[in-house]
Amino acid sequence: MGFDQYHEPPDELPAQTRTFARLCASLTEEAEAIGWYQQRLAVETDEEAIAVMRDAQGEEFKHFSMDLELLLRRTPPWREVAEGILFQPGDVVEHGEESEAEAFDEGGPGAAGSYADGSLGIGSLRGR
Amino acid sequence: MTMNNLLRAIAPLSDTGWALLDGEACERLAPALGARKLVDFSGPRGWEHSASNLGRVTTLKGAPSKAVTGLRREVMPLVELRADFALARDELRDADRGAPDTDLAPLDDAAREIAMTENIAVFHGWGGAITGIGERSPYDVSSLGKKAGTYPREIAGAVEKLLCQGVGGPYGLALGREQYRIVIETAEGGGYPLLDHLGKILEGPIVWTPGVNGAVVVSLRGGDFLFESGQDLSIGYDSHDAEVVRLYLQESFSFRIATPEAAVALAP
Repeated sequence: MGFDQYHEPPDELPAQTRTFARLCASLTEEAEAIGWYQQRLAVETDEEAIAVMRDAQGEEFKHFSMDLELLLRRTPPWREVAEGILFQPGDVVEHGEESEAEAFDEGGPGAAGSYADGSLGIGSLRGR
Repeated sequence: MTMNNLLRAIAPLSDTGWALLDGEACERLAPALGARKLVDFSGPRGWEHSASNLGRVTTLKGAPSKAVTGLRREVMPLVELRADFALARDELRDADRGAPDTDLAPLDDAAREIAMTENIAVFHGWGGAITGIGERSPYDVSSLGKKAGTYPREIAGAVEKLLCQGVGGPYGLALGREQYRIVIETAEGGGYPLLDHLGKILEGPIVWTPGVNGAVVVSLRGGDFLFESGQDLSIGYDSHDAEVVRLYLQESFSFRIATPEAAVALAP
């Protein structure tokens, strides 16, 4: 088993950062899988195989969205930026620039707390 | 910026100040929250979450129609804990300038008190609000004894009681402050640390749990003891003047015991 999701020595990272890194790695893997299925579907001609792969890609859509939602809930500044971009009609780049400015020019994550609910994010301490 | 019940955004604190306080609180709370190292944790479900589902009902009498019966769901209300503290604004301004030795003693005291209260509620109960593990344990309470020499026998006896009831391990041990000190300072005959000996009996963690009176052996197999968090421990803003900013540590939770026989309490 690899531990490539850690860029810094894991022993030096707090538990919540390790969880954050695992979620980011999972998000990346789901995005890769979506891309792979998209390529397979583009070249496959067998209708039954296409149906199975389309269903599998749907699973990856779900997994990616769940990972993303959890990361956004736990990362207030990321969520603030995302809220200005996701599901908004119009120019994506324009929304991105505006959203970034609003999130970082009008106060950072401090006042909102380390976690989306403003808590310290301690949670369970089993195994710690 | 969105703002919840903690009102953090209107406190006279910089992002640097909030990061300092949050970090300090986490550092002080994590070692002392012994109960969270031994019981199942679920949530946080949010400040609006007011009660835990018990899956049980009571029959309602006197229904308006004889053709209809009524049942009422039973729930367990969450409790709120709050520990107030005040910090000198001069100290926080110095922290913004990069001072490495900010006086956060009032926060440290509040963290210690709220962690100890959480442990006591889980293991010994809180009259009328929370039933503790020790209160529901069906076994006779024996004493650990004043000296370390009796600890292995008593704790092995507790584990054997759990095995007799079909409660599997591994097992964890919550120790009060004095009992923990005795365990870590003691080496048995031949120099073998008592901590390691007890660890082999339990096959699980030995946890410093301030607030516990004596010790409690609990099964860690899961599903027996459920701590349900509403709002997890948070720092909120209350008020300020020219000298101090008044803040508080807060949480809400319920605690349910599914299997009372999955724990054995030991008196000091």
